[in-house]
Amino acid sequence: MQFDLYERPALLFGLVFVVFLALSSVVAIAPALDAQEKYEPLPASEPLSPKAAHGLRVYIAEGCPVCHTQQVRSLAMDSQWGRPTVAADYARLRGMSWWQETPGVLGSERVGPDLSNIGKRQPSEAWQLIHLFNPRAVSPWSVMPRFRELFTVDAEPPAGSVVVPVPQRFAPAEGKVVATERALALVAYLASLKQAPLGQPSQVNTAPSIVTGTGAGLYAVNCAACHQPTGEGVPATFPPLKGDPLVNAADATAHIATVLHGAEGRVIGGVKYPITMPPFGDQLDDEQIAAIVNHERTSWGNHVSTVTASDVARVRKGAAP
Amino acid sequence: MDPQLRSKLTRRPLAVAKAAIDELIDDDHGLTTLVFAYLVSAAWWLVFGTLVGLYLSLKFVWPELDGVSWLSFGRLRPIHTNTVFWGWSSHGMVGLAYYVVPRTCRRRLYSYRLGWVALGLMSASVLAGDLCLAAGISNGAQEYRELVWPVMLMFASGLALTLYNFYRTVVGRTTREIYISNWYVLGALIWTLTLITISYLPFYQRGFGETVIQGYYMHQGVGMWFTPMVLGLTYYFLPKFLNKPIYSYSLGVLAFWTQMFFYTMIGSHHFLYSPLPWWLQTVAILFSIGMIVPVVAGTANFLLTMRGSGHALRSSYAVPFLLVGVVYYFVGSMQGSFEALRSLNLLWHFSSYTVGHSHITMYGFVSFLIWGGAYGLLPRLSGREAPHLSIGIHFWLAFIGLMIYGVSLSVGGTLQGLSWKHGEPFQNSVVLMAPYWLWRAVGGTLMFGSHLLFGFNMWHMLPGRTPALPEPLTQEPARAI
Ligand code: HEC
Ligand code: HEC
Ligand code: HEM
Ligand code: HEM
Repeated sequence: MQFDLYERPALLFGLVFVVFLALSSVVAIAPALDAQEKYEPLPASEPLSPKAAHGLRVYIAEGCPVCHTQQVRSLAMDSQWGRPTVAADYARLRGMSWWQETPGVLGSERVGPDLSNIGKRQPSEAWQLIHLFNPRAVSPWSVMPRFRELFTVDAEPPAGSVVVPVPQRFAPAEGKVVATERALALVAYLASLKQAPLGQPSQVNTAPSIVTGTGAGLYAVNCAACHQPTGEGVPATFPPLKGDPLVNAADATAHIATVLHGAEGRVIGGVKYPITMPPFGDQLDDEQIAAIVNHERTSWGNHVSTVTASDVARVRKGAAP
Repeated sequence: MDPQLRSKLTRRPLAVAKAAIDELIDDDHGLTTLVFAYLVSAAWWLVFGTLVGLYLSLKFVWPELDGVSWLSFGRLRPIHTNTVFWGWSSHGMVGLAYYVVPRTCRRRLYSYRLGWVALGLMSASVLAGDLCLAAGISNGAQEYRELVWPVMLMFASGLALTLYNFYRTVVGRTTREIYISNWYVLGALIWTLTLITISYLPFYQRGFGETVIQGYYMHQGVGMWFTPMVLGLTYYFLPKFLNKPIYSYSLGVLAFWTQMFFYTMIGSHHFLYSPLPWWLQTVAILFSIGMIVPVVAGTANFLLTMRGSGHALRSSYAVPFLLVGVVYYFVGSMQGSFEALRSLNLLWHFSSYTVGHSHITMYGFVSFLIWGGAYGLLPRLSGREAPHLSIGIHFWLAFIGLMIYGVSLSVGGTLQGLSWKHGEPFQNSVVLMAPYWLWRAVGGTLMFGSHLLFGFNMWHMLPGRTPALPEPLTQEPARAI
């Protein structure tokens, strides 16, 4: 019998189908099954609360993953976003409903920052809400869309509603901005994005880069979202550090303590701020806090003495002022 | 200005006279209407989908453009990609294939009715998909898999009917061998149906399983659907328009089989340095380099077929589109092979560079070949031509627009990656992109203008009640393809 493949459609297209299916089983189905079965959630991780699970659905519906990844590569250049992600980090994700697949949150483009660890990096609910209402209120350079439909404007917000302290320039002329259920769920989801510890240290080279190793870089990542790269803050929302008496005090104890433990309810320059300043003592080591504090004390026209890591360690041991 | 030069310039015609179509090849009215129906909807989805694309590109320049929920970037972006994928490119390719498959089998299409039903299913799925995405109803999975399965099932049913229709046509062919175009076209349909099935079944997609499938899906979508489909069509149109046989049949055979073996393996290059098994990533990289074989074989075959046909290039308005498409097939794929190398991927991954690659390939390669096929074929079917000038302007606007689009994002994307690599604050990478995103919008405006002209030209080519050209010739003399 002659092997006339190109004259026998059943043979030709049967072959085309079978080979493709076989190759697909090797590179897709088998590894997917393996990944699904092998990886258990990390012991230190927590399942999403019902509210945060609702938030994940908002996150998918609004298409946040088209601009935000949740995937820290095992590369030094990614280290500012957290530790490298492992397969187990995604093990809790499930199909969202009978007509929806497992949510794909890894993303493929970083128009905005990676969000794997945003719950740790930006724990302030108020900041998140202002940012969603209008990203340019806190990041004037941002290209992120505003999500106006996640908020209502109410002249007399009912008791128990969450009023968003939107900076005046971006606030509606009349009434107060109130976060909807969907907005609060979304923010709860963002707050839940905290990388669980791995148990063993990761293998990656995390040589300090500009953002993880210098005061200016650390300030840009941890503080600029609120106090702004210019140190000028946002009027009536986040206080300026430029020319601020506490930052410019000769004794840096109060300055260091504020960064370690956060602050709320102070009257600064005659203004009472509606938002709390989150504590950073758990996330940054003494070296890093000293670098940030020194950056603040010597930038934007501030000009006072600098501190060392041992000064920070001393304040860390003592009680909060 | 030198008067002699001026008179030269003023006398120079705006459009070079191109040969009018010299023959009408078919008077199969049913097939003509069917093919036109596909291409008219393709043209509509192109205009709509790229209007959305243009709007998206403006949002990078003016993020405050609107505050309407269903116009928000995260919802519109998948509307753009799904419309140009399943609407424009798929309708265009399938429509042309409805002509090419029966033609190369030398018999009538098996069933016209099924062809119309398939068109209805495909169009309805694009419409339903866009409405769902605008309403925030999304599958949850990543790119090009945003449509929920009931919608995708409609689309897949359209493809399945088309496959059945084509298969029956091939079985009843009057030629001895199955022409190479048909391997590609039917192969693409078989692969894509398998791909959609595998990628939508949920049984292995819990947790990280979803990501494994996503890498596989994302690249097979472009690599086992659009690529083989337009290549198959080009194996017919290029020799046809040049009126000579393809340079080498064996090169085509080599390209076909290596395409299937290599392309299937490379999906994981979308997730380099991710928690995907390291061996899977390495396999993907090796075969991404291996892809040079089918790409060079395919490109060389087409270019060698074109060699010595400079005359056709000057005198036909369809062949320049084909030439650009073939060149971009080569350029985009080579770019892809480099992008898959770990040392370069770490720079370009996540950056706008990849978006540039997507358009260099899906636009420069796939869309140009569809336009070439349409401009060459449709006048022969309807006997009506579009004004040569507006076809020429379409060509140049699309070509220059894509050039601006591709160069700005390649340069900008590289700088973006370098900024991340140097560990600069994230803000820098957004701020530095501003001029490149602006240039992308400028290029996009030219491209969109060209699509309006394509719509206008389509309208001119529509079959009228009175043919614009003399009596159709009864049958084209049989000729080796
Ligand atoms: C057009 C792309 C785009 C889309 C869509 C988008 N973002 Fe953003 N996002 C950005 C950019 C750019 C930034 C950085 C500038 C800034 O702070 O606004 C950012 C910043 C953020 C930040 C702060 C990250 C940090 O490290 O400070 C959060 C949180 C965030 N986005 C959440 C979301 C959520 C939730 C959605 C969906 C509802 C979303 N984004 C949709 C582009 C986008
Ligand atoms: C979520 C927004 C936010 C972030 C992030 C943030 N701050 Fe603050 N910060 C505030 C607010 C609000 C206040 C005022 C608190 C109050 O009303 O008591 C403040 C107060 C301060 C003060 C005290 C000013 C004074 O005169 O009392 C210092 C110093 C300070 N922040 C430094 C930092 C540093 C350093 C970082 C980064 C490590 C940082 N902040 C990050 C919001 C923020
Ligand atoms: C040799 C052939 C090719 C290779 C090796 C290749 C390689 C790649 C790589 C490595 C990426 C991922 C970039 C990243 O995210 O880091 C990519 C993305 C992409 N490629 Fe290709 N490419 C090839 C040909 C093509 C062709 C012919 C098309 C179109 C028909 C195409 C369309 C795309 C698209 C649309 C994306 C973007 C996917 C996404 O992230 O949404 N590629 N390619
Ligand atoms: C007027 C012409 C067009 C314009 C202005 C345009 C614009 C855009 C924009 C702004 C994006 C989002 C990029 C981002 O998130 O950074 C995009 C994505 C995309 N577009 Fe287009 N587009 C056009 C035509 C097309 C056509 C005709 C196709 C396919 C045939 C196409 C395929 C894609 C793909 C595949 C993506 C996803 C890219 C990726 O994830 O890597 N576009 N386009």
